Amino acid sequence: MIRGDRVLFKDVCVVAPMRSTVTLRGSNGTGKTTLLRILAGLTRPETGAVTRNAPHHWIAHREGLKPHETPRQHLALWARAWGSEADIESILQTMSLARPADVPARHLSAGQRRRTALARLLLDKRPIWLLDEPFTALDADGRALVLSLIEDHCRQDGCVIAAIHGDAGFEATAEVVL
Amino acid sequence: MTPKPILAAFGQALAEAWAGGAGALLPLGFFAGAAVLVPLGIGTDPDTLRAVGPGILWVALALSSLVTLERIFQADTEDGTLDLWLQTEAPASAIAAAKTMAHFLTAGLPLALLSPLLSLMFLADADATLLVHAAYYAIGGLAFYFWGGVGAALSATVRRGGLLISLIALPLYVPTAIFGALAMTDAPGSQSAPLLLAASALFALAAAPFAMAAALRLAAD
Repeated sequence: MIRGDRVLFKDVCVVAPMRSTVTLRGSNGTGKTTLLRILAGLTRPETGAVTRNAPHHWIAHREGLKPHETPRQHLALWARAWGSEADIESILQTMSLARPADVPARHLSAGQRRRTALARLLLDKRPIWLLDEPFTALDADGRALVLSLIEDHCRQDGCVIAAIHGDAGFEATAEVVL
Repeated sequence: MTPKPILAAFGQALAEAWAGGAGALLPLGFFAGAAVLVPLGIGTDPDTLRAVGPGILWVALALSSLVTLERIFQADTEDGTLDLWLQTEAPASAIAAAKTMAHFLTAGLPLALLSPLLSLMFLADADATLLVHAAYYAIGGLAFYFWGGVGAALSATVRRGGLLISLIALPLYVPTAIFGALAMTDAPGSQSAPLLLAASALFALAAAPFAMAAALRLAAD
């Protein structure tokens, strides 16, 4: 992958089988997010290819929340877009978003916005999760919640590829260092 | 392919237009303001006003369409929604078309509906032609908004890209503006002008979504 006249990374191979967690590691600016975007099909790699044999979820720094959107509206919108029939109320409960469920995103805290974005993971069952710094802005409870989501997901034959800084908090099957 | 993401994108764009409060009224105010200023500038001679009225409204419509276009894809790029839309099962062109259509319905169509009132200010006769002309403005507006959408998609990652949108979109407005203005005169060729006006709008509807999709993929890359 080339950014400007600099080779960001090369010869990277990420394989994520069922029930695996792959963490992408590296200091700031080494291309963790770019690699995730390539895996998601958003950015085209200079060479090489990505094969995804199952649908995926995408949670990134920019949460995809509109300023006027409430968590409930956000989940309802994406449930509609993805044709999901998940129970939004119970997802809000799980993510501890029941109280701010009707607050527009511009009044939500960074952690609540993150929880709303992460709640999308529960809307639709998709085997591949692509997570960019999933713990950013989350408190201890939120962290534990996301960890348990990741564990459950892996147990149900899913796989997680996450760019993570610092302590992951879970046992990664493989680590890609950029 | 499922139409669900497309409908959801359409719904989100509609909600966004109304959530901004007076956001949807902005182009309306601009349109009326531009049209009101002209008689003050060119004087009150009834014949002159009657002659220039339709042309002034076409210009005002073209400029008003550019007022709000800047935000339709830029906001999506900034808040990450674009990434999510690009990863749905629906083609990006359909998503872009749905968003542009929603934007036209909330920002463009009201302009066409206001046009009879402004035509009266230009001393047009109060008869059925006012409504026919409003339909022409609506059809032309559709073409304007879709070409403007291409400019908006191309400048989605550019800060203060409004001027860039104008530079990209205004040349594409030319055929629509020509046929639209011609359709409202008695000049030779004015009989077929409405058809050509509609053709220019259909062409915009058919071609612009693909250009927008390519531009949005580039913006996400």
